Amino acid sequence: MSEQVNDSRRNFLAKAAVAGTVTIAPGVLLHTAAIAKPDDEAVTNATRWGMLIDTDKCAKGCTDCVDACNEEHALTGFDRPETDAQYIRKVTLKEKSTGHELSLPLMCQHCETAPCVDVCPTGASFKRVDGIVLVDKHICIGCRYCMMACPYKARSFIHEVIENQTLAAPRGKGTVESCTMCVHRVDKDGIPACVEACTEEEHDAMIFGDINDPQSNISKSMKKHGGKQIRADLRLNTGVRYQGL
Amino acid sequence: MNQRFLRLFFILGGLMILLPAKSMADTPFPTIREPEGEGVKCVQPEEEMRRNHMDYILHQRDKTVHEGIRTETYSLAKCIDCHVEPDESGKIAKHDDKEHFCNSCHEYTSVQIDCFECHADRPQKYIKRDSKKNALQQQLNKTLSARDTDGGNL
Repeated sequence: MSEQVNDSRRNFLAKAAVAGTVTIAPGVLLHTAAIAKPDDEAVTNATRWGMLIDTDKCAKGCTDCVDACNEEHALTGFDRPETDAQYIRKVTLKEKSTGHELSLPLMCQHCETAPCVDVCPTGASFKRVDGIVLVDKHICIGCRYCMMACPYKARSFIHEVIENQTLAAPRGKGTVESCTMCVHRVDKDGIPACVEACTEEEHDAMIFGDINDPQSNISKSMKKHGGKQIRADLRLNTGVRYQGL
Repeated sequence: MNQRFLRLFFILGGLMILLPAKSMADTPFPTIREPEGEGVKCVQPEEEMRRNHMDYILHQRDKTVHEGIRTETYSLAKCIDCHVEPDESGKIAKHDDKEHFCNSCHEYTSVQIDCFECHADRPQKYIKRDSKKNALQQQLNKTLSARDTDGGNL
């Protein structure tokens, strides 16, 4: 019941935000104007950030998004692939009966009802009101319950002492981490590093935007092509959606 | 046997008298690096920052992580940007060195901080990174210079 109330409130606010920008600045790109936020203002649930990935455009063997992510967050490996931190992985799926293969980037799916948030004993794993699922490393005790709970295997544990971190990703030994949807960029009105790289290299397989805003590119694309969830049976209402699955 | 004990007793007694005086003389008051440049001031008066810097940083921390408020006035990164600089030899003190801005006082007062388990202990401009773009650029430069020396026959 309460979920329904929240949803309608969210929709109302999203519409209100869009309507506001129309009257203030006609002709200005709608979704950009709607998401602009001053630095000293808190994020609101009027937006819900999401990503849409076109698996038909995602080339097998291409790792541009992964490389951009690693660079953005200074994720360096220790030659231990099984435990090295990874925010995005490239996954190849093969349908046995037809032999059809497809390749896609898999990262934190930023679920609406995130299992990692449910199981966290300290509240370190949390969902921001705008739908981005994060780890507050200040409170993370490194128990790794969230890693067990995540159906997408999206989280990593830091086993080594880390130095010279970026401003974007403070990260240290003994805490869990995962894709932050480049929250540091999004708060400054930017787009995630992976999406930027994919677009810059002209693959155009990834779209980022506000799912709540019906006028955003991502919403329009999803309306037209659909946006499937991986493991939709879990009914997590993921923020990261795929087309061509 | 008895003499041994007696000697040990005297040595220990002597040490107990000497030690406090010695350690007091050996613990210099921490020196704090003042940011250079005219009119450069901290975000709060020195007295206020000395006592309450942790409250400002803690407040900012929760606001940033949970609410996405990214003002820079009280961010840890800004503290580091102003207060951590290389010394004359070009070396930047690590967060667990006595010379590091934060650690100089924290060691003096025996207060352990965990900030730098996750955060960089120096300004970003002093951190060298191997990026894919840099590597490609270097490769390109190499190829170009090789072509120049070969007289354009590459």
